[in-house]
Amino acid sequence: MPMLFGKNGRRDSLVFEDIRVVDPTRGIDEALTVTVEQGVIASVEPASAPANGKVLAPAFVDPHVHLRTPGREDEEDLASGTRAAAAGGYCAILAMPNTDPVVDSASVLGALTEAAAREAEIPVGFLAAITKGQGGAELTEMVELAERGAAGFTDDGRPVVAPGLIRRALQYSAAAGRPVAVHCEEPTLSHGGHVHEGLVSAELGFGGYPSVAESVMVARDLALAGYEERPLHLLHLSAHESVEELRRARAAGIPATAEVTPHHLCLTDDAVRSLDPNVKMNPPLRASEDRAALIDALLDGTVEAIATDHAPHAREEKEVPFEEAPFGVTGLETAFSALYTQLVEPGVVPLATLLERMSAGPARIYGLDVPTIQVGAEANLVMLDLDAVWHVDEGSFRSKSANSWLLGSKLHGRVVQTVAAGKVVYAA
Amino acid sequence: MADVRPLLRAELLPPKSSARRHLISIADLTREDVERLLALSRTFARSLERDVKKLPTLRGRTVVNLFFESSTRTSSSFELAAKRLSADVMSIKSSGSAVDKGESLKDTLLTIGAYDPDVIVIRHAHIGAPNLAARFSPAHVVNAGDGKHQHPTQALLDLYTLDEELGGIEGLHVAIVGDVLHSRVARSNIQALVLMGARVTLVGPPPLIPRGIDAMGCEVSHDIRDIAAADVVYVLRMQRERMLEGANYVPSLREYTARWGVTPERLRPGQKVMHPGPMNRGVEIDAAVADSPESLVERQVRSGLVVRMAVLYDLLTQGPVEIKVAEIEEVA
Repeated sequence: MPMLFGKNGRRDSLVFEDIRVVDPTRGIDEALTVTVEQGVIASVEPASAPANGKVLAPAFVDPHVHLRTPGREDEEDLASGTRAAAAGGYCAILAMPNTDPVVDSASVLGALTEAAAREAEIPVGFLAAITKGQGGAELTEMVELAERGAAGFTDDGRPVVAPGLIRRALQYSAAAGRPVAVHCEEPTLSHGGHVHEGLVSAELGFGGYPSVAESVMVARDLALAGYEERPLHLLHLSAHESVEELRRARAAGIPATAEVTPHHLCLTDDAVRSLDPNVKMNPPLRASEDRAALIDALLDGTVEAIATDHAPHAREEKEVPFEEAPFGVTGLETAFSALYTQLVEPGVVPLATLLERMSAGPARIYGLDVPTIQVGAEANLVMLDLDAVWHVDEGSFRSKSANSWLLGSKLHGRVVQTVAAGKVVYAA
Repeated sequence: MADVRPLLRAELLPPKSSARRHLISIADLTREDVERLLALSRTFARSLERDVKKLPTLRGRTVVNLFFESSTRTSSSFELAAKRLSADVMSIKSSGSAVDKGESLKDTLLTIGAYDPDVIVIRHAHIGAPNLAARFSPAHVVNAGDGKHQHPTQALLDLYTLDEELGGIEGLHVAIVGDVLHSRVARSNIQALVLMGARVTLVGPPPLIPRGIDAMGCEVSHDIRDIAAADVVYVLRMQRERMLEGANYVPSLREYTARWGVTPERLRPGQKVMHPGPMNRGVEIDAAVADSPESLVERQVRSGLVVRMAVLYDLLTQGPVEIKVAEIEEVA
């Protein structure tokens, strides 16, 4: 059974002439001419002239997207979410199972994979729930779900609170052969908090959601993954304490991976002073030492993936007082530009590292084909204009929702073309 | 037949001031803003000594009080303040309004906005409601309390009270006692007092003093004996729901009162005592303290009227009060 599902489209033939190719999987950053025939890379030749100012790279993979389908198709559906992903430079995305109904049975998953084959503009994979209804009590039928194409298992949106249950999930997932991904939040410590516990929450009066609410669960789950010798993926890390736990665990040989979001890499809880509901997310924006630790972890590979945690919300859900607003922001269409503007241009993160963490890193975590630019590989390519400057406004999005933390921002660098599974899926 | 010119809608509207200004947080004010508001309050206090207490200043202006949370002193003092200035006042409470029928705050604001109010005074249980009001209404917005965030007019009336009673704020030492964590009054007062050069010490049980709050420029103590060093003891209301079994902020009301209740024995002679009300006598404040000559509680309520007159007048006439929006644009 495949793990990615999408429309079987045409296979395009293309030529990228004299372009700067940056492919971290091959350690390449040079001017080349790349030809694609019938959706497959047919030749990679030295350029005959200086590069033309654009960059060609392996297309991105987003391991953490909320497509809101089934249940909230008014916020996003398979077609709009994958169109948004295509515009963001992605050739594959993974959807989270916290839908209505929850993706916890073969029938719900089967309906989704069939719909994706009809509607998805780029290949999309689906994670299934760890527990039925994400209720934190009974395991889902993981083996059957894996046979029907589940890319992994997660109760994302909420933690698996009982330690005995997450242990069983780690054990049983071995039979399914798919990884378990965890949203780390100790609920009696996060305690209904909306904002990182720190100077900003103290000043604004928010109930704090402390960084230890994440890191104690990270430590617990890493210990269990080590004990069971099972791969464990940590979703949307936000706290420096969590990074330290992960670093220790990996040094001890525990097969753990982690992802971080563009908003946690770019913002701190200082942004919450605006009381704009579009900077409210779970986990919350944290302090600058947390942001710095996440960037360090991204640089040294402790965190190998960037995940948008694209979480569309209807306009009326976010046009409320901050404290009433739901958690979550969109991100598919702005991830590259935001990170290029905030991390690459200022010289904090090399371009190649960013491209690796947005493509090969997440693909490896879930065992997806790693996009690469070499002869014989399926064309999964993104063309970037690093000199482009654009303003983010509500009209910028293909997503059905516009709850972006970047509304009103000026960004540098932009995706101008995306090729996914051999087909041009986006061209500016 | 007389020549009747059609009335233009623009002529029916009151003159609009150039920039819309709001009072959402003390953090948005400068020391000059506060001094101007206190001076205005003194002016209005003198005007209230006259037989006819009504001033024509805001005639033709409309003030809407939107109270989504119960309130006696704040809503009544805003209403009276607007009336003393001859503004038209409309007071809307959440119960009995369309909010009962599930109307969103945004829609309520758009509805009210259709009447072209000059000022919207809003109290709401959730942080950020006044910011939403500023976004979706054309009026000047005054925060009359949003969740645990801010209650700026309370802090201003407390400053005014201190200024009048003690002849100045600079250099005063104020101990704020009790549940700081859940108190918008505490947060607004810390900012206001620090802004005006007072020294602030927070005293209370450790779980009720937020981590990191000393960054606001105050000191923190968990020992009630430390109130003895202060010129003024500001007692916060202890909300009973925080005391429910299992909340575990403090083990019991009994233990709280025994350790942190403000009693005559814990006060020095001459120390002034303040409380934003409503008081829980016998819990956070001993009845003898509440009724003592050193208590400024009634004075605070009186101050509320003139300070709110000053705020309404100031917003509609002058002064650089703007919401600060943290801009994400062009970082790095």
